[in-house]
Amino acid sequence: MGTGTGIGRVRGLGSARHGAHHWLTQRYTAVGNLLLVLWLIFSLLSLPGLDYESVVNWIANPLVAVPMMLMIVSIFWHLRLGMQVMLEDYVHDKGLAFFSMLLLNFYAFGGAAAGVFAIAKIAFIGVVKP
Amino acid sequence: MAVSIMHRVTGNGLATAGALGLIWWLMAAATGPEAYATFVKCATSPVGYLVMIGLTWFFFQHLFSGLRHFVLDMGAGYELRSNKSWSIATFVASLLVTGFVWLIIFGKAL
Repeated sequence: MGTGTGIGRVRGLGSARHGAHHWLTQRYTAVGNLLLVLWLIFSLLSLPGLDYESVVNWIANPLVAVPMMLMIVSIFWHLRLGMQVMLEDYVHDKGLAFFSMLLLNFYAFGGAAAGVFAIAKIAFIGVVKP
Repeated sequence: MAVSIMHRVTGNGLATAGALGLIWWLMAAATGPEAYATFVKCATSPVGYLVMIGLTWFFFQHLFSGLRHFVLDMGAGYELRSNKSWSIATFVASLLVTGFVWLIIFGKAL
């Protein structure tokens, strides 16, 4: 198998030749997370308060909302690649492996969409009066 | 070996508890003051602090062992002695930075 014979490729065995792209994207998003999550931690530490109004007014700033959205995309992309490798190592049953990939993709895309939507709502609407 | 296992453990911990916590925080802030108050109440409970401190350590451990992976990717640091000392260094660094971050947080609260 290994590099894959013709019949092996037809049967979906052997390398799909997506490994290098996966590996590189894992590292690109790792650098993205490194920069953006450190930025979030430094920002939260230097904010005067973490109450509702302070946080919403801070996120509503375009210079915060945009990096925050990028951070969400980078995080969920990175975790999708990382958890995929973990599941490939531990889930051996073919059907279960397929199902776990399905759930992982729902989780990654759903989580990223929820995060980006929340940031967009805060940026466009701002503080909500109770 | 421990540092490699911990890279996976911390990564998956951050991917689940960390990411969900982050989304909860953002969703609560986007929903309104009451939802945000519920989040703050949970986050500042004893269990909430434990989770947040744990996630801080997980993040920095994953960050430092991730940086170690970048060095290993370049083909450096495979000699037994330097490999071992850099592995230990990731744990020392992550614990120090976690302690430092929470010292700032609790220091501000005082």
